Amino acid sequence: MIRAENIVKSFDDTEVLKDISITFKPGKTNLIIGRSGAGKTVFLKLLVGLLQPTNGKIWYDDVDFTSLEKKDVRQIRMDVGMLFQGSALFDSLTTEENIRFPLDMFTEMTTKEKRIQVDKVLERVNLEGSNDKYPSEISGGMQKRVGIARAIVLNPKYLFCDEPNSGLDPKTALLIDELIRDITYENNITTVINTHDMNSVMGIGDNIALLHLGKLVWTGNKAEVLESDNELLQGFIFASPFLQRLRDAALSKR
Amino acid sequence: MDFILNVPRRLLFHFGRYLLLMKTAFGRPEKWSMYWKEIMRQMDDIGIGSIVIVVLISIFMGAVAAIQFIYQLDGQLIPKYYIGYIVRDLAIIESAPTITCLVLAGKVGSNMAAEIGGMRQKEHIDAMEIMGVNTAGYLIMPKVVAALVVIPMLVVISAFVAILGGYIASVGTGELTGAEYTRGLRSFFLPNNVNMMFVKSIVFAFILTTVSCYKGYFVKGGSVELGEASTQAVVFSNILILLADYIIAAMLTG
Repeated sequence: MIRAENIVKSFDDTEVLKDISITFKPGKTNLIIGRSGAGKTVFLKLLVGLLQPTNGKIWYDDVDFTSLEKKDVRQIRMDVGMLFQGSALFDSLTTEENIRFPLDMFTEMTTKEKRIQVDKVLERVNLEGSNDKYPSEISGGMQKRVGIARAIVLNPKYLFCDEPNSGLDPKTALLIDELIRDITYENNITTVINTHDMNSVMGIGDNIALLHLGKLVWTGNKAEVLESDNELLQGFIFASPFLQRLRDAALSKR
Repeated sequence: MDFILNVPRRLLFHFGRYLLLMKTAFGRPEKWSMYWKEIMRQMDDIGIGSIVIVVLISIFMGAVAAIQFIYQLDGQLIPKYYIGYIVRDLAIIESAPTITCLVLAGKVGSNMAAEIGGMRQKEHIDAMEIMGVNTAGYLIMPKVVAALVVIPMLVVISAFVAILGGYIASVGTGELTGAEYTRGLRSFFLPNNVNMMFVKSIVFAFILTTVSCYKGYFVKGGSVELGEASTQAVVFSNILILLADYIIAAMLTG
């Protein structure tokens, strides 16, 4: 479980996040949604400790993450996996070497054990046999899957995904969503996903938090989205006339 | 007026941040074997990758020095064999350590700044941080250690090649006999000059790697800023190398 308590983040005189309190539960896909500039990425960076909050606390289970020493932060991070928007795969390393990097750095596994673990996660993300390919030789969707494989290779308790579907076609985006959801359920991971993809919201949104201009304005789940009377939520999710007609049709059938 | 006041403030800011980065970079490695592998890779990059340019520059430095001094001393009462002595000491004391490191600042330093800056922009550094890697340590320390080992070796090669260049230019053109040049090389030798060469090469190697890594590590923005950081890495390294050159010369010859 991850808990954010009264988080405030300012850059110089600009307050980007305003008093956000929220809990992300284990075994659930927790989505942070909002328009561009709402503060989603800043919030995610605060959660993983790449930025420090101006005010407030972040708890990983019962550990106060915000007041930890640097070496203790690194200890927590051994339990954290993250999928970046651009995958952040190391260009000069092959798929296998990318995935093996955390194993090389932090475990005393033998080469054979590492190979087995790498093959296991590659199989989990449906990329068997891609061990020797370089990031430049595989598609964007495959890069995301390698990113997921690298994020889960150390069996993390917490998984963060920054815009996992950006730049992907709808079908591949769906596959990535399902993969993240299944991994979350199988391993009881606390997963936090930063997205503005409506398919993700309606597909895998176990818990959804809407940020607007740095404020948390709505929380709920995918079932509650349709019936919510929150105008910001409705305006954000059903932004186009086409989606509005779809929503109206779905509601009239009830 | 504000601009003038800002200069020392910014200098202090950068110096403080540089010291803090170095403190983190020389922290205890997560895993020695990974750092060792990286040191070996860097030694290959810096050492083997720079031999050709160092040899080329050195041979011309020696040759030009010999030709210039033959011209300067022509018709004077100074014995001709002094040319060998002058070329030797010029190579050992000044041209080999200083010119080689100025050139390496351009080749290796800009490469380091661009490599680390590129990793920052592509979120590779963030990815490593989240894995729990001490990124300053893993990305900077192996480069510095490799440079401290390899650059003095390159400087020694440079000194030998410069002396050879002087031989080719003076003996090859018939201005001096081989015996005269060799006599000059064997005259008035001060072992302390070799110590000075090593002191300079070690200090310059440290400056050019750490300054370049610093500029790359904190790069922000896009490709323009990355280019600027790379240029600044070379400019600041060169200025600091020349400043250190003066201080070392003043200290070790006084």
